[in-house]
Amino acid sequence: MRLPVLLAALVAVATCTETFFGHQVLRVVPQSNEELQKVQELQDLEHLQLDFWLAPRRLGLPVDIRVPFRSLQAVKAHLEASGVSYSIMIEDVQALLDEEQTEMLRSSRQRAVDTTTFNYEAYHTIDEIYNFMDMLVAENPNLVSKLEIGRSTENRPLYVLKFSTGGTNRPAIWIDTGIHSREWVTQASGVWFAKKIVQDHANNEGVASILETMDIFLEIVTNPDGFAYTHTKNRMWRKTRSRHAGAICVGVDPNRNWDAGFGDAGASGNSCSETYHGPYPNSEPEVKSIVDFVKSHGNIKAFVSIHSYSQLLLYPYGYTETPAPDEQELHELSAKAVAALSSLYGTKFKYGSIITTIYRASGSTVDWTYNQGIKYSFTFELRDTGRYGFLLPANQIVPTAQETWLALKVIMEHARDNIY
Amino acid sequence: DIDDVGHKYYLELELEDVLDKDRTVSCTAEVLYHLGSKTSAPDVQLTVQGELRSTEEADKEFYNRIRSLEKELVAENIPDSHGNVPPELEPIHLLAWVASGYVIWQNSTENTKFHLAQVKHVKQVKRNDEDLQFDFVLLLHEMVSQEVLPWEVTLLWHPQRGARVPQS
Repeated sequence: MRLPVLLAALVAVATCTETFFGHQVLRVVPQSNEELQKVQELQDLEHLQLDFWLAPRRLGLPVDIRVPFRSLQAVKAHLEASGVSYSIMIEDVQALLDEEQTEMLRSSRQRAVDTTTFNYEAYHTIDEIYNFMDMLVAENPNLVSKLEIGRSTENRPLYVLKFSTGGTNRPAIWIDTGIHSREWVTQASGVWFAKKIVQDHANNEGVASILETMDIFLEIVTNPDGFAYTHTKNRMWRKTRSRHAGAICVGVDPNRNWDAGFGDAGASGNSCSETYHGPYPNSEPEVKSIVDFVKSHGNIKAFVSIHSYSQLLLYPYGYTETPAPDEQELHELSAKAVAALSSLYGTKFKYGSIITTIYRASGSTVDWTYNQGIKYSFTFELRDTGRYGFLLPANQIVPTAQETWLALKVIMEHARDNIY
Repeated sequence: DIDDVGHKYYLELELEDVLDKDRTVSCTAEVLYHLGSKTSAPDVQLTVQGELRSTEEADKEFYNRIRSLEKELVAENIPDSHGNVPPELEPIHLLAWVASGYVIWQNSTENTKFHLAQVKHVKQVKRNDEDLQFDFVLLLHEMVSQEVLPWEVTLLWHPQRGARVPQS
């Protein structure tokens, strides 16, 4: 493809003097002579300093334009005012260039050979996490297995680790991390949880007793396309990477795509929004695969979806102010879980229903799971409260995972002791 | 509620010094959000009860270091993707926080919650007077919409005169 050649040329330029931070590459495919003319007009506006990677030629052929940061608003306004649709091919040219450079350094980085030498105090790429999963299964074949529950939009496998000491379709606990790809401390915590479950079982402590009667399912990279994107192009990417017909922008918020109050207030119908609910419930394979799994398993008793940041423990509902029927029990359980979390490092969490504690949100994961009858449905928002936000320093990964695990154990033990 | 004017909030706050966790200072504030006005910033009155730690030494050292740079300082992605901030850029990070405070104040309503997500880019601009000037591109995260929005803001700083955002 043309792209690598052009990027190589830019790398050469970039290493000299110019930087391309905030520059975006827009693609327009003119469908009419009017649209073609509007795009050609842009070529004459010298002050915008546009760089046409693919110049306008004729109808139906893509036009690729590198737009400097300060001209973005003007160009998008010019296109939108004439009804010319465009897509954002490259969100940040400089970030892409930087990544190309660091990728060359990274390929010489040492890969862990087992889950003992794996570095839990660092953030990892998707390949490193998938490799970790395979190592964990290989080291503990009688406890851990890897299930593929589906494929993402970009055809990445969606893997769930199953921790089980036997039985058939035992009552189960589900934990997912990384549904919003920029929330890096969550995927990192998921990796730590996986190792912790194995260790507890080996030492016959902690969750070993839970594993006697229940299974644990853990999906660490719930949004792999988004996660890969945060490593290569835009660290702040939240959504999936799907492109739906008629949508100007890429991606759907996977935490607004569930069939619970879908499309109601608390989500956006605009594809360019970070809370875009998507064209219909479960349009995202990342969501549909979990829905299918939950329904066919039929025996999940607790469902925990993990996000960051804000330091909150939340239970349904987000789409309505009507209290959940089990609100009192969930509220008391939350209090216990938060107390356990806090006991380790003093980290303070608030708790309550989604709508009263954080904001109205429709189509969210745990509203759907709760309405399916999974009483113990919780959402966590992990560290911090805004000082680093999504860019939580790696030295906080393990403390965050450790304290969160204490809260998770409270929830899991309660589910085990309160069969329904 | 103040009829025909807006909503006034009375706050009791405790400030924690991120560089000296044991140190807290109490303050009180009054915040008035104007009725209907989406383009005007809320009015803020703040009273600090107690003293803020003196940073005279560190301020002077940073000021002299920047003033003596031959090439103007340029930096990006603070913190980086992994949350790292090189120690020599930590003061820049802190000044970016100040600048973000101004932007957040100017753009807040009763339905927004902003945090500084990242300093995307910072460029020092040498001046003829004694102020340091930093041109920032900040990424602000808004909690309700979940948008991460870039904002350009210039900050002037002087060890004695403190920080200000010049009106353009």
